[in-house]
Amino acid sequence: MADLTSEFVGIKSPNPFWLASAPPTDKEYNVRRAFEAGWGGVVWKTLGSEGPPVVNVNGPRYGAIFGADRRLLGLNNIELITDRPLQQNLREIKSVKQDYPDRAVVVSLMVPCEEDAWKAILPVVEETGADGIELNFGCPHGMAERGMGAAVGQVPEYIEMVTRWCKQNTRMPVIVKLTPNITNVIYPAEAAQRGGADAVSLINTINSITSVNLDAMSPEPMIDGKGTHGGYCGPAVKPIAMNMVAEIARHAETANLPISGIGGVTTWRDAAEFMALGAGNVQVCTAAMTYGFKVVEEMISGLSQWMDEKEYSSTSDFVGLATPNVTDWQYLNLNHITKAVINEDDCIKCGRCYAACEDTSHQAIEMSEDRVFSVKDDECVACNLCVNVCPIEGCITMKTLEPGEMDERTNTPVSAEYGNWTQHPNNPSAQAAE
Amino acid sequence: MTQSPLSEGVVAGRLDPAQLTENFGDLHPRLDNHEALVAADRCYFCHDAPCMTACPTDIDIPLFIRQIATGTPEAAAKTIFAQNILGGMCARVCPTETLCEEVCVREVAEGKPVEIGRLQRYATDVLVDANVHPFERAAATGKSVAIVGAGPAGLSAAHRLATHGHDVTLFDARAKAGGLNEFGIAAYKSVDGFAAKEVDWLLSIGGITVETGKTLGAGLDLATLSDTFDAVFLAVGLGGVNALTVEGSDKSGVLDAVDFISDLRQASDLEQLAIGRDVVVIGGGMTAVDAAVQAKLLGALNVSLVYRRGRDRMNASVFEQDLAASKGVRIITNASPKAVIGNGSVREIEFEYTDNDLNPTGQTVRLAADQVFTAIGQTLNAEGLPDLDGGKIAVTETGRTSVEGIWAGGDCASGGDDLTVTAVAEGRDAAEDIHATLMA
Repeated sequence: MADLTSEFVGIKSPNPFWLASAPPTDKEYNVRRAFEAGWGGVVWKTLGSEGPPVVNVNGPRYGAIFGADRRLLGLNNIELITDRPLQQNLREIKSVKQDYPDRAVVVSLMVPCEEDAWKAILPVVEETGADGIELNFGCPHGMAERGMGAAVGQVPEYIEMVTRWCKQNTRMPVIVKLTPNITNVIYPAEAAQRGGADAVSLINTINSITSVNLDAMSPEPMIDGKGTHGGYCGPAVKPIAMNMVAEIARHAETANLPISGIGGVTTWRDAAEFMALGAGNVQVCTAAMTYGFKVVEEMISGLSQWMDEKEYSSTSDFVGLATPNVTDWQYLNLNHITKAVINEDDCIKCGRCYAACEDTSHQAIEMSEDRVFSVKDDECVACNLCVNVCPIEGCITMKTLEPGEMDERTNTPVSAEYGNWTQHPNNPSAQAAE
Repeated sequence: MTQSPLSEGVVAGRLDPAQLTENFGDLHPRLDNHEALVAADRCYFCHDAPCMTACPTDIDIPLFIRQIATGTPEAAAKTIFAQNILGGMCARVCPTETLCEEVCVREVAEGKPVEIGRLQRYATDVLVDANVHPFERAAATGKSVAIVGAGPAGLSAAHRLATHGHDVTLFDARAKAGGLNEFGIAAYKSVDGFAAKEVDWLLSIGGITVETGKTLGAGLDLATLSDTFDAVFLAVGLGGVNALTVEGSDKSGVLDAVDFISDLRQASDLEQLAIGRDVVVIGGGMTAVDAAVQAKLLGALNVSLVYRRGRDRMNASVFEQDLAASKGVRIITNASPKAVIGNGSVREIEFEYTDNDLNPTGQTVRLAADQVFTAIGQTLNAEGLPDLDGGKIAVTETGRTSVEGIWAGGDCASGGDDLTVTAVAEGRDAAEDIHATLMA
């Protein structure tokens, strides 16, 4: 069995699956259950400054969207940072860390944007024996209105400043958690790096309204007839999160900045994908909140099996392997020509490929009287929509034309040369360069 | 309880009331909301969907399933009723396994079709239970149409004609409307008086007068109807039954399965309904299965369904055959009745084994029988009707008969399978043709 041991910014854990800072890590009871279930680490739910804790709403704080059979695809929440006293959290963190020295315990923090506030909290966190801190610059609701969370994360200068304060005032590794509610994730990542961050973690939740109650005419979750935007997470956000992870991983200035990947990780495969794009480990929340802590068993066994199959002996063997293959559109090979192929033996004749292609794409699929569907190579642009709408996995595939083969759509033989948009005659810039 | 399945002879009360209630409960209970959403989600929303093509009434199945999936079963029901006003009953009695569900691409792919029938039941029940009628009658045309027979074809035609604004008089020989829906199908397929409830709901379109206890030759005369009304639609069904003609078939205890099914449907207390310890049903169609299964459910100890050809030639669908087997009915094939034996009442019935071409083998078998139910085909009482074709009224695609102004549809007319859904389609299409003719 593959070795899943993970070391992230010097923090060791038996596997790369951490629970993200969120309700599952709000208190000792939950965290002990998580560690018993096998989680490699936790990021303790965000602590605030000493003093009366924040309060949460007393109505529903989660909303969701569903797929078939009420499979939860996306979750949003309007919960704030911990609503328990600081000292109680600190005692519990210390107690858990003492009993589980092999697990990662990172503490999420969010205090006012003043150096004194950070100077006050860092030593008391350090005293618990925690392995590191994560700066919550992402929480999109409630705290942002008080000048914290996303209000900091959306201003690169603040990120840099607060990160620097932390690095100056603690020996613990500092992970900066980034909000996706910005235009370009590179700016906050660079700011964290300038401030001296040991790593970034992303994404925090996305501003969202998951549903509208059409009787009450209010967003949901609805509190006394009103709703507010909440933070969106779960499987639905994974594509957004992976793009942001990849952007940081392939950006020259941030390429060496360790990344903890967060956003819809539900299975071992999701984790492997994040890590292939450059995340050193992953953090999980919604999957645990949907299915309980036991899901980590599948993540461990699945990742381990896959690593064995691929002969990776440690997670670092595959972290970032996909990063070099994330490129800009302009560098994609325009001479790579494929055509859809429908396997008649697998086809169940639902006709969805036909409807999709005929109504919304390139009229490249033919339907016979007896419902045999075939691709018209002279019309097919290889858009892949038929593959995506086909309910039978593997029934429609993309066949790559060999160099020299005729592309019937353009009546041109396939070139063996790599040719991208920067070199294309239709590109005014390319022509100008000649 | 003094009687049991072991009691000799033909007696009532073989099972206790609780057991009877359970036995005659809904064969396929209505899906609950979540079950319906899960079932609906399996539909692929096929292009030019095969299920639609297979439906004799051309219901837009992908659309109604999507309407269920998006939380609007009322809209789904309207989609169904627009094509098939008896969509509620068809959802219960259609042999979906040989129609829409047989060609469902998921049946082809996985052997597990989308549960179209049960989803249709779910949607239609929503509107019928709420007693919401989704159609409105057009302005009165002043035209009148007589419909003879208030079964599926007659009801379907009546509703469509009334919707177009014609005045319809619906005659039926029985004491209440519904035809085979009310009198001719197994009780567990239409529980809680659904057939009657559906008729009331259908009639709420308005413009339809029901006159019961009237049939051709007994209170009605076709020529008079033609003179009195602007058009006539005949949907009289198959009123005659083929009789068993072997030696001894006049003994008491030899009965029509159709009558048994009807009596059972109309019984107010199943505990009072007598059934034999040993029951033999002769026939291979849906009627035979309905009779055999219900005999078993009433508490008969041994029920045999005997068919003269092989299983693959039985008219009853595989689903129905399996249902019978699962209820404990013994299906015997390739055996033709030879003689009914008994002293006044039937005691035994003798069969001779025959091949699929009915060639006798000389080998015989005797089955004990307190009752013999025959379900060997129904016939048209043809006297005074328009021209026939193969024992049924000859009709065009839109139900026109050889006599101008007279249309026909349902089991009494040529063409199509003798299914409820086919009758509904024929009634609807004839109504459209009558409407076009009257308004021309």
